[in-house]
Amino acid sequence: MTDAVKIANRNFSVFYGATQALRGITLDVPAHRILGIIGPAGSGKTALLRAMNRLNDLNPDCRVEGQILLDGVDIYQPDFDAVRLRKRVGMVFALPVPLPLSLFDNIAYGLRLSGIRARSRLNALVERGLQAAFLWDEVKDRLHTSAMRLSGGQQQRLCLARVLAMEPEVILLDEPCSGLDPISTARIEEALIALKSKYTIVLVTNNTKQAARVADTTAFLLQGDLVEVGPTSLIFTAPKDQKTNDYVSGRFG
Amino acid sequence: MRIPPRNTQALAVALLGGATGLTLAILVFVIVFILGKGLPVLSLGFLLDNPQEMGKAGGIFPTLVGTLILPLAAIIIALPAGVGTAVYLSEYTVENPATRIIRFGTDCLAGIPSIIFGLFGFIFFVTTLKMGWCILSGALTLAIMVLPTIIRTSEEAIKAVPASYREVSCSLGATRWETVLKVVLPNALPGIVTGVMLSIGRCIGETAAVIFTAGASLRLPHSVFDSTRTMAVHFYILAREGISNENAFGTAAVLILSVLLVNSVSYWMMHRFISRRTK
Repeated sequence: MTDAVKIANRNFSVFYGATQALRGITLDVPAHRILGIIGPAGSGKTALLRAMNRLNDLNPDCRVEGQILLDGVDIYQPDFDAVRLRKRVGMVFALPVPLPLSLFDNIAYGLRLSGIRARSRLNALVERGLQAAFLWDEVKDRLHTSAMRLSGGQQQRLCLARVLAMEPEVILLDEPCSGLDPISTARIEEALIALKSKYTIVLVTNNTKQAARVADTTAFLLQGDLVEVGPTSLIFTAPKDQKTNDYVSGRFG
Repeated sequence: MRIPPRNTQALAVALLGGATGLTLAILVFVIVFILGKGLPVLSLGFLLDNPQEMGKAGGIFPTLVGTLILPLAAIIIALPAGVGTAVYLSEYTVENPATRIIRFGTDCLAGIPSIIFGLFGFIFFVTTLKMGWCILSGALTLAIMVLPTIIRTSEEAIKAVPASYREVSCSLGATRWETVLKVVLPNALPGIVTGVMLSIGRCIGETAAVIFTAGASLRLPHSVFDSTRTMAVHFYILAREGISNENAFGTAAVLILSVLLVNSVSYWMMHRFISRRTK
């Protein structure tokens, strides 16, 4: 199932109050690939990402039109359970937000919500999450200290571990490296490339070079429109649209 | 004529420092004055004996019990209702005319003098519902009186919890209620406790609303359907009726010390709770 579509956005629009953040996007997210989404500020990248796990529901001013299909099922149909959706579609935010709990409890948070109570099982899943996010070796001796004490890069990998421990099907990342140094960024990118065999990954990034490094497919958004989507190598070397060419070569944005 | 900035700065420091010093001095004077007059009366017997001759002699034990039970019962009633309202207003509703009216209403309620609540409690609980002067009537009245404080302080504390915590919680598959329970309330707890402390302080010091609803019986209450007298009411009656000035000051000293104790213990507990969460 290499070319299967995991998430299909069908003529999808997002409105925040009177402003339209996304204008009828049709975009497929291929399974077990990294889809990079690039575009300047205000292009609708984050709106699109937050639509795919229905986190926009928390914003009462937000309204959507169109369909998003996850494995062929419309996640915006009225009886679809958004809480269960978010267990299948995890998210890492731009700024690392550890909850003011210990490292262990941060990662166990979602697991406990899913009904996992047994200590041995929690221990195993927490370790696996931290291993997968390349954080285990640095923190294994202080799992019960506050997560607030970690460095920024460690906190962001903790947030990734927290999502990975849930074993989601899709991971959405919203500029996960925007506040990190190059070494921490490299660690996260390394983790993402290692993870794509198991998960479907959508990476929103302000850093076009990051998309070029890790994404298999890249989509370029501009002012709420999808300008172009294609294999990353083509987007960066031979884009069809002049605007894409200008953006990836750094002429604007 | 312009005063050089350096001098205005010195003047500001002197004035602000003076204001702070004056406030502190008045506070210290009041406490020292009351403790100075009251402490000599204090003894174990004063705390643990029953009063005799309407409080002219003997101790204040029943009023100690009354002061413990009445605010406690009031908080037990007001806390779930107040925090529940605050959670509902801040987490489950969007800002709209209805929530603004509710907020305006609670603010108005907070400004009403306590004797009005006492009168309401007397007419509604004591007379109409035929509950009589008892701890339950008093506690319900005090609960209504402190409800606005608990609602507003809790709401402010809940609003101060970063929105990003809620997003993280929801993105990990929590429902709104699970998020409230596991993320919002634990992080809002210090603010909620502050509101509760303020409320307990008001209940302990309240006289008008208590005399009207819980009565002023000097007998030891056996249930919430018995009348009781709090230390504040005891103090008021002793001083007002000219029964015993010494015992009035003794009661006031115990009142001040118990408020200090309640505050210290709850701040200590809150501190422990916070440091354990962020260690």
